[in-house]
Amino acid sequence: MGFAAVLCNIQAAFSNFEFVFYFSSLIFVIIVPILTMRTIAEERKQKTDQLLYSLPITTTQIVLGKYLALLVVYLIPLCIISFYPLIFSLFGDVYLLTSYGSIAAFFLMGAAFLAMGIFISSLTDNQGFAAGITIALILFNYYSVSLSEYTSSTMFGSLLTFYALAIVVGVVVRVLTKNDALAYGVSIVLLLGIAILCFVDSSLFEGLLPAMTETLSLLERFNSFVNGVFDMTTIVYYLSVIVFFLFLSVQSLEKRRYN
Amino acid sequence: MIEIEHLTKVYGTHVAVSDLSFRVESGQIYGFLGPNGAGKSTTMNIMTGCLSATSGHVRIDGYDIFEEPEKAKKLIGYLPEQPPLYPNETPLEYLRFVGEAKGLRGEELERQIRSVTAQAKIETVQNRRISDLSKGFKQRVGIAQALLGNPNIIILDEPTVGLDPIQIIEIRALIKELGEHHTVIFSSHILSEAQNICDQILIISKGRLVAFDCPDNLEKQMLRSSEITLTTEASQEEASQILCGIDGIVDTQLMPREDGLLGIRLETDSDDLTALSRRLFFAFAAQHRALLEMSLKKASLEEVFLELTEESGELAQEPAQPQHGEERQGDSQ
Repeated sequence: MGFAAVLCNIQAAFSNFEFVFYFSSLIFVIIVPILTMRTIAEERKQKTDQLLYSLPITTTQIVLGKYLALLVVYLIPLCIISFYPLIFSLFGDVYLLTSYGSIAAFFLMGAAFLAMGIFISSLTDNQGFAAGITIALILFNYYSVSLSEYTSSTMFGSLLTFYALAIVVGVVVRVLTKNDALAYGVSIVLLLGIAILCFVDSSLFEGLLPAMTETLSLLERFNSFVNGVFDMTTIVYYLSVIVFFLFLSVQSLEKRRYN
Repeated sequence: MIEIEHLTKVYGTHVAVSDLSFRVESGQIYGFLGPNGAGKSTTMNIMTGCLSATSGHVRIDGYDIFEEPEKAKKLIGYLPEQPPLYPNETPLEYLRFVGEAKGLRGEELERQIRSVTAQAKIETVQNRRISDLSKGFKQRVGIAQALLGNPNIIILDEPTVGLDPIQIIEIRALIKELGEHHTVIFSSHILSEAQNICDQILIISKGRLVAFDCPDNLEKQMLRSSEITLTTEASQEEASQILCGIDGIVDTQLMPREDGLLGIRLETDSDDLTALSRRLFFAFAAQHRALLEMSLKKASLEEVFLELTEESGELAQEPAQPQHGEERQGDSQ
């Protein structure tokens, strides 16, 4: 982060601190898996999860406790970084509002990635595996927009892509639940749904995939903050991603009792 | 008090626990016995809320473990099969964490930590990393963790597995001590262990409860015939001849030994073992053949156990436990 600040603000002499975040957002690929990979996976491997289950606390408390601990670790360097704009402002004009707006958004984006990481860690008892999947997911967040732009934007092209995605979803469901019927069911429902939608309004599919990835990518949404717009929908989106993945983690821990 | 009603747990197609019902009263030590894979750990995991049940109820002092888990779990201290320890922490840090999770704070927390470390005798190692401790001490830290919060019921899953004989004796003594103030339920596949320290024994096999009684009653009700072991200088022919003249013997086994002596194992259905051994003594003496050793053995719980578990269709394949040898020998004459 400091390095990015040097590169961006001192060497290139930009006065916009928010660019630093744009450059340094790739560090999530490293820090999020390192922080989250062992949270739940390691408990399971060491069998200490049995202790947690037998303590008079709820699964929600367990997940929230772990998540808050991660947030604190993540917040400490951010606190130090939040002095940078002030220091820089001593030597020139810094847009403090956009700087701190970006810091807040950067914090929330990282928090959303951490929630994802916790969920992935709760799926496995292998730290390495959890880290790998988390890295893949974050990278996908970075590159999904540019990747989706390579797919054909015509109606037929994006229809094919969606069919492929539906099958991928089916495979994921199959792997997670080990239930053939459910996996086939999900795939078939998705395929039928896409076909019906396509039949009803074929223009809907034109350029839908890039638009979708743009909406879903955590990082793509962060860019508006860098450009100086404090976008409330994005904040709400980040918060809902956090709640969604923490909820999934709780469910994933609960499910462990039923296998 | 724990009530378990019609508890069933199914993993896929495998039935781990099937329609298990029993009641555990306060203030006694219960031994939970069964061969490996009989469903002991599964039952204990369900009782402590670590696992859901397919059907049935578990009530701890009236609180259902599935419906009011927080209240029920407060009454239980649980040590799973593998002590759930964080290897990077010291026992003190670890106990502080567990104590806080159990809702203890401040002075009360420190007081309880002091009392459980004293009870589990881990004061000497309380500032060392858990990963550096011996298995016996790890087990003790696990027990200390279960004692935090002063629960009425303490559930220990195979607390003596993997320990050396001295540690086993120490842990047994600790369990006995705990039994004075708590209800203790511990599982084991070592019978002599349960025989020594339990007030009540539950035997389960293939997920079913096959016996639930105090150790003495179990022995009495299950097996009548008993065994006498002899060592004599008589030859095999002489011995068989002598034994033919004595009634009350159901089965005879002659075992010639390398040093020229003869070992004999007799099974009898007679109630008065002393009278029978007198007859044996004088019969051999009359032939001028010395009896060098004679020992009486009553039916042990082990045989009860084997019979019960075999009855329910499963052979208990227990590795021979070294400590059985000592306790088997009855009063030698």
